[in-house]
Amino acid sequence: MINIENVSKSFTLHNQNSVVIPVMKNANLKVGAGECVGLTGSSGAGKSTLMRMIYGNYLTQSGRIMVGDVNVVTALPREILNLRRDTLGYVSQFLRVVPRVSTLDVVSEPLLAVGVDRERAHERARLLLTKLRIPERLWTLSPLTFSGGEQQRVNIARGFAHEYPAMLLDEPTASLDAANRETVLSLIEDAKAHGAAIIGIFHDDAARAQVCDWEVDVSVFTPKAA
Amino acid sequence: MNSEYNFAYLDEQTKRMIRRALLKGVAIPGYQVPFASREMPMPYGWGTGGVQVTAACLTPDDTLKVIDQGADDTTNAVSIRKFFEKTAGVAVSDETAKATVIQTRHRIPERDLSENQIIVYQVPIPEPLRFLEPRETETRKMHALEEYGLMHVKLYEDIARHGHIATSYAYPVMIEGRYVMDPSPIPKFDNPKMEMAALQLFGAGREQRIYAVPPYTKVVSLDFEDYPFEKGGATQGCGLCDAQDSYLDEMIMDDSGARMSVCSDSDYCRERRDAGYVGEMGVPQKTVTEDAA
Amino acid sequence: MTPLLKVENISKYYGNRLGCRNVSFDLYPGEVLGIVGESGSGKSTLLNCLAGHQEPDTGEVIFDTRVDGPKDTITMPEPERRMLSRTDWAFVHQNPRDGLRMSVSAGGNVGERLMAVGERHYGNIRSVALDWLDKVEISEDRVDDRPSEFSGGMQQRLQIARNLVTAPRLIFMDEPTGGLDVSVQARLLDLLRGLVRELGLSAVVVTHDLAVVRLLADRLMVMKDGHVVETGLTDQVLDDPQHAYTQLLVSSVLQV
Repeated sequence: MINIENVSKSFTLHNQNSVVIPVMKNANLKVGAGECVGLTGSSGAGKSTLMRMIYGNYLTQSGRIMVGDVNVVTALPREILNLRRDTLGYVSQFLRVVPRVSTLDVVSEPLLAVGVDRERAHERARLLLTKLRIPERLWTLSPLTFSGGEQQRVNIARGFAHEYPAMLLDEPTASLDAANRETVLSLIEDAKAHGAAIIGIFHDDAARAQVCDWEVDVSVFTPKAA
Repeated sequence: MNSEYNFAYLDEQTKRMIRRALLKGVAIPGYQVPFASREMPMPYGWGTGGVQVTAACLTPDDTLKVIDQGADDTTNAVSIRKFFEKTAGVAVSDETAKATVIQTRHRIPERDLSENQIIVYQVPIPEPLRFLEPRETETRKMHALEEYGLMHVKLYEDIARHGHIATSYAYPVMIEGRYVMDPSPIPKFDNPKMEMAALQLFGAGREQRIYAVPPYTKVVSLDFEDYPFEKGGATQGCGLCDAQDSYLDEMIMDDSGARMSVCSDSDYCRERRDAGYVGEMGVPQKTVTEDAA
Repeated sequence: MTPLLKVENISKYYGNRLGCRNVSFDLYPGEVLGIVGESGSGKSTLLNCLAGHQEPDTGEVIFDTRVDGPKDTITMPEPERRMLSRTDWAFVHQNPRDGLRMSVSAGGNVGERLMAVGERHYGNIRSVALDWLDKVEISEDRVDDRPSEFSGGMQQRLQIARNLVTAPRLIFMDEPTGGLDVSVQARLLDLLRGLVRELGLSAVVVTHDLAVVRLLADRLMVMKDGHVVETGLTDQVLDDPQHAYTQLLVSSVLQV
């Protein structure tokens, strides 16, 4: 489902003497349907960078990143938008939403975007919010007013609202208590059972061991300082 | 007639220029034709546009009638009449039927006009869209492209504010299905009369515009399907001549506020009284009493 | 799929001074394109050329019209272009005073476009106007008030209602949230996002506010000195800018 071949990436900082910082070289990774792969490596090794490249959030200089039949490296913006809407989900560490939009609408949005009617979208949103223990009295409020942990759970609910065939999870269990952590892990198990290909970053070793079929140390993709 | 003046005050070149504008106006009914309005020996707002149009139309054989608010004996009417008596030496009359050229401010005579008559309107603001669109460049374009939605916005505002179309004078009309036109500040009561046999000419001196409605041209007052145009009018008869079909002015008769409604068209009222009609507050005319005696 | 708007090589000079040069892009139905750049970068010139407010020196702006399919709006006759601009197009000005009739009631402002396309039933016009006021969160009892009695945010929402009442397919926005309080901005952005999604609108949004484009635009075009220096997915351009100017722009945003 996700197929990464010979991928390289560097940053050029034009405003700092045009210094070029290579961050990834010849990365290769293949994740099939129903598989979950954990990215490991020390901080700064490029785990998040790789995820962002797969999501099209960072440009990739060379190589191929196939998600389904779309090559993210060469795809037009609109093709990536379609990919993100239908195929590729992303749970980031940060919640980025329009202020003032209710939690229920924030979680429903990915479903509305793929054409699910409002009622069914809200039904699914309520189910997820209940599972993730967001008190019902908060559903009509904007999640921007919530605590960090609550925001994280809203983000997860939103990420799992639509059953994407491919998913990227950036520390989905960070800052969660034990019960919610279990819920998130079961959501991941469910997604795998549905056939989703998942790439995740987990700092929590036990969680990683529980859901990941194998691990990849991204530091092997890190260019060695010349 | 004072022979120191050229006939009808204006020089021949100016009259020719105005006649060209008039011909263009007649050719494009309702379209505002710019013209080089001259300084006249009277202030703007006193009918300088109408006077120039009249001057360009008059021939020595014409009979001129001038009315202001329907009356021949108001200041504005008297001075314009005298002006042309002095500068053109034409015959003048108060009688609508006898006149060949009628200059008017704010009224159309009650009596139907005929094909051999010309009625000249004095116009203060010729642009019907001006109220909502201050830019001349834009209003011209709107006329050119028939973008008249804005005109209905004005009527919409009326209904929203007053529950009905409260515009009661200078009520916009559509000429021959093409140009929206300001009929000058005549009461909307007069709007239906504009489909007439006489030639209608409009002159705006300060704004330097001339426009025209040829005889038998279609003139439609704008309205909404659910708020159709209503000409309105008095609910009682004229106090002097008992006319039920005429536009009435209200007069205050004494210090205690007693009122009387009389025909605004003084000639029409006189004609009716001469014919023997007597209103509630009128007295029978001498001629009639003599006949009766 | 046919692009709704196909812009090719738009250039505009003011005498010797460059407005914008060789700008091209496609906009597909439902897409929102953001154009960012500092004052004088040519973004407003470009927007005005696209919307028919200014005539570009070169280039084509091809719009997929409902009846005749793709047509160059620059060479089309003016009546046709003006008809487009009050039916299928909408333009939201930064200053609501430029986009509203300040002496006309809120209802009249919303109803104008309907009357302009021939609606002549007062009752229908009014009910549509009330419906739209509700959509933009202006209470019904303000329908007969003039916009001069409204707050800046309400004026801007009224301007949006006035523009969207004829169900346009393309909306041009020039700094739609400029000059508004931050709290009011958020409400407006939320409204715009909702309308764009529900009505399937395409939009071209010019702004210098990067936060606005991040929330509103799918794609981003960065302009500097009349040129387009970078284009791409909005989040990609903001998070991994490639051009020196974009990097400077992104790194110059003050963090709250």
